[in-house]
Amino acid sequence: MADMKIGAYICKGCGIAERLDTKSLVSVATRDGKAAIGREHDFLCNADGVAMIQQDIDGEGVNRVVIVGCSRRAKTEAFSFEGVTLSRANLREGVIWVRPDTDEARETTQEMAEDYVRMACAEAKFLKVPESSGEQGLLRRIMVVGGGVSGMTAALEAAKAGYEVVLVEKAGQLGGVAAQMYKRVPAKNGRQGPVDPEVEKMVHAIESLPSIKVHLNTTVAKTSGAPGRFKVELATESGSSSEAEVGAIVQATGFVPYDINKLPELGGGKSPDVVDQLGFEMLAKAANGGPIKRPSDGKEVGNVVFVQCAGQRSEAPGHLPYCSGHCCTTSIKQAMYVKAAGGDATVLFDDLRTPGATGEDFYRAGQEAGVTFSKGQVSSVEVAGGEVKVSFKDLILNEEAVDNADMVVLATGMVPMSGPDPYLMLDLESARGQNDTARVADLEAQLEGGFPSVLNLDYRQGTDVPHLKHGFTDSHFICFPYESRRTGVYTAGPVRRPMDMAQAMEDATGAALKAIQACENAALGRAAHPRSGDLSFPKFRMEGCTQCKRCTVECPFGAINEDEKRYPLFNEARCRRCGTCMGACPVRVISFENYSVETVGQQLKAVDMPDEFSEKPRLLVLACENDAYPALDMAGMTHQEYSAYVRVIPVRCLGSVNTIWITDALNSGYDGVMLMGCQKGDNYQCHFVKGSEMAHYRMSKIDDTLSQLNLEKERVQTFEVSITDIERIPKIINDMAELIGQIGMSPFKF
Amino acid sequence: MTQMNQAMIEKYRSSFLKEVETNVEEGHWVKMCMQCGVCSGSCPLGPHWEHPPQEIFMMIRANKRDEVLKSSSMWFCTSCYNCIARCPRGLPITHIMHGLASYSKKLGLAPKSQPTESFGQIFWNSIASNGRVNELKIGLALQFKDGFGQGVKNAMAQKDLGMAMMKTKRMNPMEFFGGHTCKDKSGIARMLKKAQEVEDQHIANYGAGK
Ligand code: SF4
Ligand code: SF4
Ligand code: SF4
Repeated sequence: MADMKIGAYICKGCGIAERLDTKSLVSVATRDGKAAIGREHDFLCNADGVAMIQQDIDGEGVNRVVIVGCSRRAKTEAFSFEGVTLSRANLREGVIWVRPDTDEARETTQEMAEDYVRMACAEAKFLKVPESSGEQGLLRRIMVVGGGVSGMTAALEAAKAGYEVVLVEKAGQLGGVAAQMYKRVPAKNGRQGPVDPEVEKMVHAIESLPSIKVHLNTTVAKTSGAPGRFKVELATESGSSSEAEVGAIVQATGFVPYDINKLPELGGGKSPDVVDQLGFEMLAKAANGGPIKRPSDGKEVGNVVFVQCAGQRSEAPGHLPYCSGHCCTTSIKQAMYVKAAGGDATVLFDDLRTPGATGEDFYRAGQEAGVTFSKGQVSSVEVAGGEVKVSFKDLILNEEAVDNADMVVLATGMVPMSGPDPYLMLDLESARGQNDTARVADLEAQLEGGFPSVLNLDYRQGTDVPHLKHGFTDSHFICFPYESRRTGVYTAGPVRRPMDMAQAMEDATGAALKAIQACENAALGRAAHPRSGDLSFPKFRMEGCTQCKRCTVECPFGAINEDEKRYPLFNEARCRRCGTCMGACPVRVISFENYSVETVGQQLKAVDMPDEFSEKPRLLVLACENDAYPALDMAGMTHQEYSAYVRVIPVRCLGSVNTIWITDALNSGYDGVMLMGCQKGDNYQCHFVKGSEMAHYRMSKIDDTLSQLNLEKERVQTFEVSITDIERIPKIINDMAELIGQIGMSPFKF
Repeated sequence: MTQMNQAMIEKYRSSFLKEVETNVEEGHWVKMCMQCGVCSGSCPLGPHWEHPPQEIFMMIRANKRDEVLKSSSMWFCTSCYNCIARCPRGLPITHIMHGLASYSKKLGLAPKSQPTESFGQIFWNSIASNGRVNELKIGLALQFKDGFGQGVKNAMAQKDLGMAMMKTKRMNPMEFFGGHTCKDKSGIARMLKKAQEVEDQHIANYGAGK
């Protein structure tokens, strides 16, 4: 767009004209903002107002539209124009609704509004309309890794939706853990008791579908590319290999039971008559409805004790700290096998947890069948004279008790079958490179007992999907649980979090649909969650790149590889468009067409800066568009007041904040800068996982800049806020304004 | 009575739960308790019970026959129905408590001179012999249940209350001599006799289960 033409449209509706001098806003737009056209309208979002703008686009050649009215989050459908850029000055939620309607406030409120008009026009000058890169075509084929119930479900669901599936299973047959089960906890109507797992039916359905290609005894030797164009190399046990091209990947590699031998205090490994749930399941399958025979001497079991939370929900070293979620209902199910065969079964629990719609009814079915449930803490399991003696403390009766059983079943937890955490692997590599033996030992200990790589991703940032905790793969738990941190790779089932069969099937269905969405999005050049549909992607001005590698390291999604010359090699379809790379780049060569160092930097510079003696400080707020900015809008809707000295700029993610903006702001005379982003850390809410964390880290280094400028370090602060902080955020702003009042104005006003 | 107790011990040696399920009113509910403790927490007298309901149910499942049947706990139930209203599993706890109390009394295991138990007996004696309750006699019988000396003390302590009741015609001292009866006293007696027969038959059948 060589000849830029800005049209600025000022809405007088929603009370704006009653509170502000809109005439002068028009002249600010044309005079300061260099808008070629500036118009007022009584009701801009109605058909007439929109038509007026469209006319200017069509007739006057306006290609940069500036809407001055409500928040960018409002009326998005009315204000959407083809082929032009759009900037929004938020005078409704961001100005008149957060300021009192008083004579004293009138002047500062008007100043606030005028600045937002200047900022929107400044942004408009640096925006471009994003275009799809056309980097990849449409490939309607997905790979599913893992042939258990989760993987089979994903494969069947994708096939039903018209997709081809490459199903990779490392064992010699499909079915996974479920194939070893006698019966399952029903997905519906728990009162009916255990039901047939119907695994054969699924296997049969898969085998009869030509669109699903099953690879048994096979693993993934290498995965390269990006959503829409993944290339995978498959290796069979026999040494042969093959290649496939797929658009997206579902990783449903499931779990292994926690090693029972690590629980000698509960009899683990001491007798064949102490088994884990999977072990007991296989005995039940062998008995096929008849009396269950115990492994040691083949005796039909008369009394079986189930010990819940064996080595899990425990902080003891080597134990699993989490609840595996399925094992209470699994024990109830197995106790019902024993009852049905005429034996006695006791479940010793601390908390009996029966999640899911049917859980509670299933528990009742167990009670009705006569299973004994005792709240007890097992202290030891000893094997002597053909009996297994379970000593426990009855927590209701507060006394020590003993139960002599024929067999004991330990409800151990699920250990996810994820590949190694790529970041630990990379750390290990660099620690080895630096000969840091202590760090090497520590990392090796953390990685010990882990599984080999599942996907063998040929990514700069490691071979597998990153973990959250305890080996479970990372995904945004609240907002988009399927998105892993490798775009186009969806993990499903117990590898993502502990879950039962019904949940795993639901999870796999979701993952299959997300995988399909990833293929379709990639073909259109559109982003996945949370900026779904976004066409913009970072462009690298490679001639300026110093090969510092910050972008390749800090991209939370592993989107950037390195080419042979060690320059960043960007993969559009892997990118989530967060801008973390843009925030990272010290030489600022990364930008989006519609979001760049300039689009924000020019906005903050466009603000009219009153001099040091005006007693009108200026505070810059860089607010994450996902949570902080909506919260600010809602503060407006609920008419919370905040300081008229503040100027808010929404950012894609705090991770996209380049420190140059802070330096620029301080140099242009801002008295304070506030960054507002989502919660970071293990329980992060950051929509881009690591963005907020990166911002906090980068800002911790800003003190140098401040001391160089001889400014107080309180002037720059970073906050974790959530979308519900509607009252807290105005308070934070007001507190900051007060603080600035105390430390005084910045001397950098020119 | 102890003979019956002996018979039940023999019969249900291994499972007190089964005994309760068969012989105690609403006893088949006991296995459905999920040990949440809401009943114990809801009971206004809970803190005074030796074993609140949740614990009683656990004890039954842990085969603690003697401790349960000889306990004073279920005699503390005042039928306020708080627990029934709140039990998430819908157990008729109040009824089970009364069922356990009357079962233990039948077996001769109820604790001696437990006040609720004594009151129940006095009340029963009065209503069974006259077809209606003689409040004066029940009151006196309660006051004198622990012997003459204690009875006089109790009566003296409550004499103001008694005088006031007489003044307002809430109590008639002449009731001491015979007192009101119902219209068809012998009919009541026959009815109770029949009920006793039915119950005896039921007890005789205990062994066979239900
Ligand atoms: S599901 Fe039950 S046994 Fe399993 S960890 Fe959770 S509470 Fe423990
Ligand atoms: S925009 Fe975000 S996801 Fe994309 S390359 Fe940059 S850091 Fe990675
Ligand atoms: S409230 Fe009901 S389920 Fe809970 S402890 Fe009492 S009887 Fe059991």
